[in-house]
Amino acid sequence: MLRLEKLTKTYKTGDQALKEIDLEVPEGQVLALIGPSGAGKSTMIRCINRLVEPTGGAVLLAGTDLTRLGAGALRRARREMGMIFQEYALVERLTVMENVLSGRLGYVGFWRSFLRRYPQADVDEAFRLLDRVGLLHMADKRADELSGGQRQRVGICRALIQNPKLLLVDEPTASLDPKTSRQIMRLITELCRERGLAAIINIHDVALAQMFVPRVVGLRFGEIVYDGGPTGLTPDKLTEIYGEEDWEATIEKVEEEEEEDDADMRAAE
Amino acid sequence: MSQHRELDDMLGRGWRKPPFVRSALLRWSLGLGFAAYLVAAYLTIEVDWNRVYEGLDRGWAFVLAFTSPDFLSRWSDIWSGLLESIVMTVAASVVGILISIPIGLGAARNIAPLPVYVICRGIVAVSRALQEIIVAILLVAIFGFGPLAGFLTLSFATIGFLSKLLAEDIEAMDRSQAEAIRASGARWMQWINYGVQPQVMPRLVGLSMYRVDINFRESAILGLVGAGGIGATLNTAFDRYEYDTAAAILILIIGIVMALEYLSGVIRARVQ
Repeated sequence: MLRLEKLTKTYKTGDQALKEIDLEVPEGQVLALIGPSGAGKSTMIRCINRLVEPTGGAVLLAGTDLTRLGAGALRRARREMGMIFQEYALVERLTVMENVLSGRLGYVGFWRSFLRRYPQADVDEAFRLLDRVGLLHMADKRADELSGGQRQRVGICRALIQNPKLLLVDEPTASLDPKTSRQIMRLITELCRERGLAAIINIHDVALAQMFVPRVVGLRFGEIVYDGGPTGLTPDKLTEIYGEEDWEATIEKVEEEEEEDDADMRAAE
Repeated sequence: MSQHRELDDMLGRGWRKPPFVRSALLRWSLGLGFAAYLVAAYLTIEVDWNRVYEGLDRGWAFVLAFTSPDFLSRWSDIWSGLLESIVMTVAASVVGILISIPIGLGAARNIAPLPVYVICRGIVAVSRALQEIIVAILLVAIFGFGPLAGFLTLSFATIGFLSKLLAEDIEAMDRSQAEAIRASGARWMQWINYGVQPQVMPRLVGLSMYRVDINFRESAILGLVGAGGIGATLNTAFDRYEYDTAAAILILIIGIVMALEYLSGVIRARVQ
């Protein structure tokens, strides 16, 4: 459904952030993109919806090459791609509801959005999504009154109300504590399954990625150095992606924590 | 105790913050040179102490007038002057702010393309370079005496002030919030309305209130060059040596400025 062909990004400084990336993401597949800081994960996600302009190659979404679209067509194409951000990127002085409804901006005209008079169907869907993530009672709160985990859930609603085919998720858990991180990852992967959405999730926490996704792509210096299942990430592979480190110790420890945490969550529910 | 490490050299040595100017010679000559210039500059200011002594009397008469301000004998002049100033202030502020917003958007490098940016920054620079009094003199020459010249002057000055500060606030905004709105497929106007406006609104309101305040004070000055308002009344009072009436006018101006100051504080606190 999404295909990257020789996708390249060279910054003006001459830094090659992406080197001819080829990647195919089938319908409904959730994929984690791992790699060290500066490997090009964030650039790759932003080249797909052209928040960053790629310098070469093609991005094919359901057969359309997004890199060749004009301004208007690009706007329409962006509606098909929901994005979830590191640090949430909610508009802090707007209410939760305005933030969620801003996901519909690509569909409604300027005056409707300016006067905040969204079609009833959009408003109903916003309520439904907020209820799904457990934040219905927060609808009229200002976004900056929410905690980190709550903000990210609002961010998820904003992406989903676009009714996208694809989710682009940029470090969704980078500023969250370990427990909230898992809840957010679980929520994202559950929602993708419910709606048959494909997703690319940038994440630097390898253990978290392994826990929740069926496919992991490893990026290093703008090149794909690993593409396979989460269990295939052996210490050798991780060393290839990140460089030398004692992988056995870190991985096992985190998995133990996860089991305890799961037990906690079940007890809480 | 085998090998010599770098750390061993550092231990026991004192530590000072590195000076801003590295070279000691340059550092001292800059400091001494500035001090010498300051002394020389003060020595060139000529003070005629006899003249100051004579002037003290006149100044004292002026101060005394404040103890007996005369609101009544010229009340109708004062009232019409005040009204004219308030009309000028409100009209010029509204027009100026409305024009400043698009120019401010255009003068923000992070949202405007280069040609628009250059044009808008040019407008801002022209407006800021020309001092209000000079603009007022020019506009009085074109439109004649009266509040129209004052209104246009204040509108023009508001544009330079507000556009520049608004543009700087937009340039300092959080990019990710705006980026998230763009990623949803919003149009440019929607992007401004959702991604940019909420971030700069408190500052825009605060600056606008501050500008209303400045415009009122300026309107008192513009009268001196014939651009109408309470300044014209004040000027007349001085010309007639009616210091008690002048004092009444100044007290009113001070009162109104203080009221505006208080109001803007209340409004700014509410829009945070």
